[in-house]
Amino acid sequence: MVSESVVELSRFQFAMTAMYHFLFVPLTLGLAWLLVIMESVYVITGKQVYKDMTRFWGKLFGINFAMGVTTGITLEFQFGTNWAYFSHYVGDIFGVPLAIEGLMAFFLESTFVGLFFFGWERLSKVQHLCVTFLVALGSNLSALWILIANGWMQNPVGAEFNYETMRMELTSFADLFFNPVAQVKFVHTLAAGYVTGAMFVLGISAYYMLKGRDMAFAQRSFAIAAGFGLASILSVIILGDESGYELGDVQKAKLAAMESEWETQEAPASFTLFGIPNQEEQRTDYAIKVPFLLGLIATRSIDEEVTGLKEIIAQNEQRIRNGMVAYATLQLLRSGDERPETKAVFEAYKQDMGYGLLLKRYTEDVVDATEEQIRMAAKNSIPDVAPVFWVFRLMVLCGFVLLFIFAASFYFCAKRVVHRKRWLLKLALYGIPLPWIAIEGGWFVAEYGRQPWVIGGILPTNLATSTLDKSDLYFSLAGLIGFYTLLLIIEMFLMFKYTRLGPSSLHSGRYHFEKADEGGSSGGAALTTQPQRPSPDQGG
Amino acid sequence: MIFDYDTLKLIWWLFVGVLLIGFALTDGFDLGVGILLPFLGRSDNERRVIINAVGPTWEGNQTWLITAGGAIFAAWPTVYAAAFSGFYVALLLVLFALFFRPVGFDYRSKLVNPLWRSAWDWALFVGGFVPALVFGIAFGNLLQGVPFHYDDTLRSTYTGDFFDLLNPFALLVGVVSVAMLVMHGAIYLQLRTEGVIYQRAQRAARRAGVLLMASFAVAGVWVAIGIDGFRVVTMPAADATPSILNKTVVLASGAWLDNYALYPWMLMAPLLGFAGAVVALRLSAAHRAGKALVSSGFAIAGVILTAGFSMFPFILPSVTDPRSSLTVWDATSSHLTLSWMFFATVFFLPLIILYTSWVYRVMGGKVTEKTIQEKQHSLY
Repeated sequence: MVSESVVELSRFQFAMTAMYHFLFVPLTLGLAWLLVIMESVYVITGKQVYKDMTRFWGKLFGINFAMGVTTGITLEFQFGTNWAYFSHYVGDIFGVPLAIEGLMAFFLESTFVGLFFFGWERLSKVQHLCVTFLVALGSNLSALWILIANGWMQNPVGAEFNYETMRMELTSFADLFFNPVAQVKFVHTLAAGYVTGAMFVLGISAYYMLKGRDMAFAQRSFAIAAGFGLASILSVIILGDESGYELGDVQKAKLAAMESEWETQEAPASFTLFGIPNQEEQRTDYAIKVPFLLGLIATRSIDEEVTGLKEIIAQNEQRIRNGMVAYATLQLLRSGDERPETKAVFEAYKQDMGYGLLLKRYTEDVVDATEEQIRMAAKNSIPDVAPVFWVFRLMVLCGFVLLFIFAASFYFCAKRVVHRKRWLLKLALYGIPLPWIAIEGGWFVAEYGRQPWVIGGILPTNLATSTLDKSDLYFSLAGLIGFYTLLLIIEMFLMFKYTRLGPSSLHSGRYHFEKADEGGSSGGAALTTQPQRPSPDQGG
Repeated sequence: MIFDYDTLKLIWWLFVGVLLIGFALTDGFDLGVGILLPFLGRSDNERRVIINAVGPTWEGNQTWLITAGGAIFAAWPTVYAAAFSGFYVALLLVLFALFFRPVGFDYRSKLVNPLWRSAWDWALFVGGFVPALVFGIAFGNLLQGVPFHYDDTLRSTYTGDFFDLLNPFALLVGVVSVAMLVMHGAIYLQLRTEGVIYQRAQRAARRAGVLLMASFAVAGVWVAIGIDGFRVVTMPAADATPSILNKTVVLASGAWLDNYALYPWMLMAPLLGFAGAVVALRLSAAHRAGKALVSSGFAIAGVILTAGFSMFPFILPSVTDPRSSLTVWDATSSHLTLSWMFFATVFFLPLIILYTSWVYRVMGGKVTEKTIQEKQHSLY
């Protein structure tokens, strides 16, 4: 049995590295399409400023992209290094989207990204635009396959347990691919990435406008970001991903936790706007409720029920008992019992075997669990409600603030007065972190809300780790935290530096710092020592 | 499903081989170039020439590694789980070293501070050297067997520690790996540069090639007489549902040569390793860098295939509990998963090779110090 602390450290390590990776991914997803839009305008109109926009935002894209690649490898490695039993138990299914992601998407993105940066003089305008498009397409397809993998962890369809190999095996590729939870997550996550890209360009362009420099460049960037961002935030909010919560048992528990919904209500359920979830007493204190709203959001109907947590726990208790039967027959089958009746019993109960495995936390043997242990396992078969409840609300709040920023920006852009609305420009600048907060929050809700499962209803998290020592985890955590801190400082430093420098970093002679510095050293002076303030004599 | 289960299991051994060789052929020269960077480039401009020789294409090349990892996960999940968790510390060192590459390439020339640039140059060296060395050491340990076993729920436990991996034979295989990739990287630099860098690269290629042949020969003798190989005594039929613990395996001196006696054509692999290196060095000396690169590619394929052929059907032999050893026949995914992955691979792999070739064509030609000076703000 793997010790509790190794499980906790492994979870912490995965959460940390995944959330860190997702600081960079959404910006890549969104910024890539913004580059496609800007470059398309360049190809159609032939105006130099749009090429400069593509190149400048492309520079920032590159700084971010490098970190996305760096931190992505960690996740692929970790399934094997830290979650070996997970990899053995579900690799037959989970490995498929990961491998196809490499073949179909990551190759495309990585092969063409070099051409995006270095191919300007070697390709025709249209060819280069196609390259930019392929980079965007590759990054988006990448997200598709990763979310198919993740969606399967939430709602494991198209697979069944094989007692001979002691693992889950694929039964239908179509079910895996068209998993409704994955599809909904894909649209939601992608749109959130687009919002991130748009907010990044919007906020930084607002900064240039506040400083009154490179106005033509900044206003055009701002306008494109406002339009793209408004469409994206509307998709995020309207499409949401609530519809994915009707499906799958773990998803139902997550939905109830997000709403701190202890009792099943008559349809349509009311929405808890505010309250203090109380896990011990299984109720929500000081709840302020809005009638009908939850039922509408969650089920898109007025006559379907939303199952409450107490009912889920009661159902899970029964499934744990079924799981014990499944586990007992599995032992018989594994020890060579080939009687058809044993197989029949196993077949009848095996869909609940994962629930039996929840007892492993309390008793190694599962079948000898006491009534007390079964009740404990059932009670702990739902996530901690309070963090899920609160973080979900934080995410939604960020979403609505972003909607306001993009709507106002779009409106004033259309009226051509946005450069005079300093309050809005400031809001856009200081609002840059909002999409990141919302997205990290969203992932927290999705993954923490899945607990105690790593694969919903199939494999409890505490069984999924590798057989490692605490010292292994301390080594990897120390290295990861050290490198990630250092890399983040370096990345932020470069990002701020190039953002402040703005399009002057292209050394085209057309932008703010170059005009101010005319007659000074420019061009071939890259090897001079580094100046204190931003100026054009810097490296590329 | 158009193929039988046993046929697909064999095809997947080939596919994993193709992906690993693809990685060594493409990202291999990037790793080699990274190792050579601080030694062949004496000034900032020279170093930028070297970096920009691989700059536009290294990212796509590294995807071979990512994809090989993903393919092993999908096709051999049991291997992925046991190998990655067993070689925990070693793989994290590879991971940390790989961190330096994307940021190293992209960030190095974004500031002019010489300390900054030289720090990144050494980071790129580490990013090339550590993975090349550790992958070799890992193969060296596979050949000797790894201390791990399964319990009855098929949970693997690794009982060695990191320093056990650093035994003399494994270190020797590490040298083979580093020498091979340095030779490949140096020849690639001959193709893409001129002047002093070209000359230094030519010298480096010769030294690395000689080291490769010497260490590969010693490793071969060592495998034949110095270490025990593994031999399957009984196991379920090749097309049976994978059942790892239902086999008997013994360790025997010289067992890694069994396949060559059984299938003499497999001797092609070690011969290709030597012949490829010899021809590559002659072509490199004759200033025919393009052909030399192809030849050094054959050498790499030969060396990797030698390891694969010697161990077949073993992938991850267990020295402490031989029946826990993982083989091509029992470490694989289900029939359905192997089929789907087969279709995905035969569809996408040719496509990848096609567009990668196009990108190489567009970005081809010599990188010179003059190019660097002209485009110092847009190049790496």
